[in-house]
Amino acid sequence: MEHKSSLMIKEDGYLKNLADICLTKSKELGSSDASVLVMNSVSENVNIRNRKIDGSERSDNLGLTLTTYIGKKKASISSSNLKEKNINTLVKRCIDATKVTPEDEFNSLPDKDLHFKGAKDLKLFDETHLDNEKKINFIKAAEEKAFSNEKIVNTNGSAFSETKSNFILANSNGFMDGYKTSQFTAYCEVVSKSNGSMERDYEYTSKRYYDDLLKPEQIGSNAAKKAIDKLNPKKIKSDKFDIVFDKRISKNFLSNFASSISSSAIAKGTTFLKDKLNKKIFDNSINIIDKGNIIKGNGSRYFDSEGIRIKELELVKDGTLMDYLIDTYNGRKINRQSNGRSSGTTNLYFENGKVPFEDLIKSGKKILFINETIGRGANIITGDYSVGASGMMIENGELAYPVSEITIAGNFNEMFKNITLANDLEFNYSTNSPSMLITGITVGGK
Amino acid sequence: MSKFLKNSELTFEKAKQIVDDTLQSCDDGELYLEDTKSETIILDDNKIKSSDYSTDLGYGFRAVTGDVVAYSHSNEISDKSLKNSSQNLKSSLKGKRGTYNTEIKNTNQKFYNDIDPVEEKSLKSKIDILNDINNYARSLDSSVKQVTANFLGEKKNIEILRSGGQLLNDERPLVRFNVSVMVEKNGRKETGVYGVGGRQSYDVYLKNQNWKKVCDEAFRIATTNLDSKPSPAGEMKVVLGPGWPAILIHEAVGHGLEGDFNRKKTSVFHDLVGKKVASEGVTIIDDGTLDNRRGSLNIDDEGTPTEKTVLIENGILKNFMQDRLNARLMNTKSTGNGRRESYKHIVMPRMRNTIMLNGNNTQEEMIKSVDKGIFAVSFGGGQVDITSGKFVFNCTEAYEIINGKIGSPLKGATLIGDGPSSLKEVLMVGNDMMLDPGIGTCGKAGQGVPVGVGQPSLLIDKMTIGGTQI
Repeated sequence: MEHKSSLMIKEDGYLKNLADICLTKSKELGSSDASVLVMNSVSENVNIRNRKIDGSERSDNLGLTLTTYIGKKKASISSSNLKEKNINTLVKRCIDATKVTPEDEFNSLPDKDLHFKGAKDLKLFDETHLDNEKKINFIKAAEEKAFSNEKIVNTNGSAFSETKSNFILANSNGFMDGYKTSQFTAYCEVVSKSNGSMERDYEYTSKRYYDDLLKPEQIGSNAAKKAIDKLNPKKIKSDKFDIVFDKRISKNFLSNFASSISSSAIAKGTTFLKDKLNKKIFDNSINIIDKGNIIKGNGSRYFDSEGIRIKELELVKDGTLMDYLIDTYNGRKINRQSNGRSSGTTNLYFENGKVPFEDLIKSGKKILFINETIGRGANIITGDYSVGASGMMIENGELAYPVSEITIAGNFNEMFKNITLANDLEFNYSTNSPSMLITGITVGGK
Repeated sequence: MSKFLKNSELTFEKAKQIVDDTLQSCDDGELYLEDTKSETIILDDNKIKSSDYSTDLGYGFRAVTGDVVAYSHSNEISDKSLKNSSQNLKSSLKGKRGTYNTEIKNTNQKFYNDIDPVEEKSLKSKIDILNDINNYARSLDSSVKQVTANFLGEKKNIEILRSGGQLLNDERPLVRFNVSVMVEKNGRKETGVYGVGGRQSYDVYLKNQNWKKVCDEAFRIATTNLDSKPSPAGEMKVVLGPGWPAILIHEAVGHGLEGDFNRKKTSVFHDLVGKKVASEGVTIIDDGTLDNRRGSLNIDDEGTPTEKTVLIENGILKNFMQDRLNARLMNTKSTGNGRRESYKHIVMPRMRNTIMLNGNNTQEEMIKSVDKGIFAVSFGGGQVDITSGKFVFNCTEAYEIINGKIGSPLKGATLIGDGPSSLKEVLMVGNDMMLDPGIGTCGKAGQGVPVGVGQPSLLIDKMTIGGTQI
């Protein structure tokens, strides 16, 4: 069994001391305000390939970022060289830079009243430590399972990593807090081959607690099945299709949506969702939530990178855009108070749909199922979307053949309104979506 | 003499002793020391949004035996920390024995000057220029609604200590200057982005108000896109402009020719050396030796002097790009392509400046020969699936071609192709080879490294365009 012991991350006292030195020194040299983040993370990673060890890595990162203010002027430095002599040099450099940077009326520390206070009971840190041998055994078992299928001929490498982090965030308004987090991740990517066709696919699991990871055999068999399903694909003719997106793709639409409602994009007008607050942007059935306090949640946090508590946000209700993701600086620009999103979203998800996945893929005679996209084809200024894709053709609810080297394209304004969600939501990542059907998407093929 | 260990609590003698002791029974490995400082200044929405200065100091200690790599890195350059790393490497490679190959050729080659872009100009002067840029770009037309401009300067010093005491070093300047312009007309918004950069002084890009050309280009692209119509969907002929569109080469064949994927036989190219993989007339090189280019290096991150490596010659696959590990396992030599993002990362075979050489055709001939197709001039990013060979890239400036003439601008769209077949579908190679403006960063396994690309105009028989019009 895995034994309990830490990966030797720095304790709060050590980090607080460094934070204190920075704040004190900044004040001495003339800053009117300052904030500092000191963080340490240690991770151990093993890579295997064809069931044999390929490499191991240990990384130990310690660093700080300091922001100093002189009135409405602001500048930042960051460094991993934390010898006291160097810190003094850096603080001086930061103050010098602050002096020559032009004033910006929106610059300031966050509102004190919004600082996080309270209990930290979300279970974000698992002390379990696996030595390298246990990590290797875990991920090797995943590959063993994948290779038990004769069409799996190779791997692109599989890995297991364990990361432990600690940090302290402090500012000259009296905020000083931090907490430890852990993350365990297993990844298995295999190569299938048949009749001259070679394809790859993967399975991935990442959790705060070791015990919550998918089991190795499940990882291996999922990766193998996905890679084999893709073999000997066809290219199809260009046409409009009703597309069912696998969960691992549909969550990307949520990420695109989140970038489009950041207060920074809203303030600058660089998003297709500017001026859409309180307007219908999705189908009536759609609700989107961002919730920071899910127990053991991959995206859970107590406060954002400014120390502000995380409000639970109902971003979309019955298809209507209800809120933005707001930090202090950009919030001031649009006359809104920060809702604790200077580090972005936390646990972002579509509320579960009502339709079983099986019904979605039977909703038409010919449905295209997409489980992989390639390229970053989302333009959040115009809402235009165009990516490369591969997946399966489903005919009368039955898997007909794999499809590859196609493109899918549309505009979020219309696509968002044509979403039907399945009822298969799971919380595997920080951003989670059920599978979804979007009707009438243009597919580029032959 | 080690510059890094001169004033450090870890002495050179002590470091050498630990390195020798750790690596004596390994095939390869080194202590890699890095000291980087960088500065990012961003102007956004009429304000200096951020002025960030950063320093990063650390080491990465690597031991390699057979095909197994053990790596340990830390910010703390001390006797104690290095000994911990040594223990860690030894336990990872427990029971394995190798023969250390000490041979790395020393070189005096220099492709960039020893300048420090972070310090050569005052912060104030850089802020002043950014404000000038903002004012100029906004004065170009009343349709300009947003301007973002930034300077990214970096100086990275590295030192490599190998078992036996061989010491190799490099000092690498890097700058990048970008302008993004958003225009709005009749309720429609479009952006144009342009940037320049390389391993040289900011002055090269800023003197004689050269920065105006960067603003003009960003504005031109944005304005062109205001008039763009929806792109077609489906297969058609594609004419690629010279220069930056060579990210096609980078994605379509570049990654697939990196040594690791071929040693592991996961690249579609692994058994194609000596075979025809591209049309006649197609020659592709990966060159680390071009003066002041973003992808150039005096030595790679294992200490191997960089070179000009021929990948494909007249359509025939000649060589893969190799680091020391993959070269050793494939019985060949390193081509100086061993790179890492920083001391926090392991070495992998990576591209430098990947270039298709000139052919004999003109761009005019290519366009004339196309009845229906698209002319793609500028791109955003690209991506490839090494195993299936499928790759994409995103057009940011493209036009339709109708009956041999350039027509309307088209909305941004993704192009998808198949790596091994797309280069066989090259119908004409232009005589107008251009290098990109110096802004490329390549990502692989979570590591970003600066790279360059270049190509002449190309006519490709068919690629699939990801538009909305059928």
